[in-house]
Amino acid sequence: MLNINDIMETINMISEENLDIRTITMGISLLDCADSDIKRSCDKVYDKITRLAGRLVETGENIEREYGIPIINKRISVTPIALLAANGGDPVMYAKTLQRAADATGVNFIGGYSALVHKGFSAGDEALIRSIPEALSITENICSSVNIGSTKSGINMDAVKLMGEVVRQTAEITADRECIGCAKLVVFCNAVEDNPFMAGAFHGVGEPDCVIHVGVSGPGVVQAALKKCPDGDLGQVAETIKRTAFKITRMGQLVGTEASKRLGVPFGIVDLSLAPTPAVGDSVAHILEEMGLEACGTHGTTAALALLNDAVKKGGVMASSSVGGLSGAFIPVTEDAGMIDAARSGDLQLEKLEAMTAVCSVGLDMIAIPGETPAEVISAIIADEAAIGMVNSKTTAVRVIPAIGKKAGEELNFGGLLGSGPIMRVNLNKSPKRFIDRAGRIPAPLQSLKN
Amino acid sequence: MKTVVSVIGKDAVGIISKVSAVCAECGANIVDITQSVLQDMFVMVMLTEISGLNCSFTEFSDKMKALGLDNNLDIRVMHEDIFNSMHRI
Repeated sequence: MLNINDIMETINMISEENLDIRTITMGISLLDCADSDIKRSCDKVYDKITRLAGRLVETGENIEREYGIPIINKRISVTPIALLAANGGDPVMYAKTLQRAADATGVNFIGGYSALVHKGFSAGDEALIRSIPEALSITENICSSVNIGSTKSGINMDAVKLMGEVVRQTAEITADRECIGCAKLVVFCNAVEDNPFMAGAFHGVGEPDCVIHVGVSGPGVVQAALKKCPDGDLGQVAETIKRTAFKITRMGQLVGTEASKRLGVPFGIVDLSLAPTPAVGDSVAHILEEMGLEACGTHGTTAALALLNDAVKKGGVMASSSVGGLSGAFIPVTEDAGMIDAARSGDLQLEKLEAMTAVCSVGLDMIAIPGETPAEVISAIIADEAAIGMVNSKTTAVRVIPAIGKKAGEELNFGGLLGSGPIMRVNLNKSPKRFIDRAGRIPAPLQSLKN
Repeated sequence: MKTVVSVIGKDAVGIISKVSAVCAECGANIVDITQSVLQDMFVMVMLTEISGLNCSFTEFSDKMKALGLDNNLDIRVMHEDIFNSMHRI
């Protein structure tokens, strides 16, 4: 018989501490759908997605019911659409097709309206990138990402310059809907091929034809565990986080293998990320504050986050047969109750967030910036972030939302998991325009020469 | 397949009888049962074998949930593997 205390601990994690499986994401390769006739290509895309993912939502709900563990999202990631768009035609047709497939399967997001241009543009890439604002404005459930740099290849500054403009255009075209288009658009350096989390999920070309990934969550559980050791030293804090991450990940592994068995699709990876939501008791910032910081964003935040990120990985890696994705702690400002408060009070600034991205799992995430921010400043923010990723051999990303017509201190409200938050101050005193206009490529760093 | 039926709430007369009545009605065999009072709350955990269930798993779980609502108890039916994977290596 199971220990009654263990059973109560699990039930308490689920009912009181917001423990859940954040997402089951089915990765689907669309490489075999490419056709020189874009209409035929779109038909094949629709057929393949609906055939493979037709039972995804139902299966997820059944597992949820039997195991008593909430599975918040069922999602799909697909091959970067730029690879299909290479055959010509208006890429927006693919976005419409993906939206139809999302409606038919009932998933809440399909990720992969993406291009990988870390070294340069190939056929289809530039057309797809330029179509992103339109594609995101006419669809509801499609996510887009662009990889503009990597440790191996350096940073494609032509793409960085272009993405600054694309982010602004996306905000402008969706200005009547709180600029929501930008919440579905990520610019990556060192993007991973098996990420189950949106908005940056896409199905890499090195992946199998179809695969199931799972993203766990549980900032509330970690915070609750730390509450029980208020006086321990940081070694004990790390140990507590590791133990908790282990338990959370075991659950993700169980749900992933079960889903893969029921759907007859190979199991891919568990992503160990601590993904916050705006709900009370589901915040990464509150974990950092539980460690002893008066507010997230004060001095010491980077060190606390580094400890958290590392302990989550160490605890999780033993618990799963295959760990991948982004795996670490996310710091999306508008999706995290503690970060929202810290940004409102001014304790958390953009500069500190940038430093935090050097040690967290991704990057500048879900940050509303003033509507007056010019494209070249957005490009420069992307370039800074990509440089951190490139030099440190880690994934970094930028998902900023220029709040068209609004100023720092005002608020944007997306609702749901995307949350709401204050518009953060951006340093607009001096311009990086001449640097960004140079374009070209920042060569790969010495770290790339590992062979 | 075995499931864990957990019952949490204020102590009252007849809780075990009501829960086991639903088990019997649905054909769930009670393999083990334990109860205790934790943090002033009545806590009962039942391990049941449900391969002989005469209704669907969802119906069984819904009946338990309804019983919980009627009696001001939190009743959950969960597959035992979730606890095994979390607490055993």
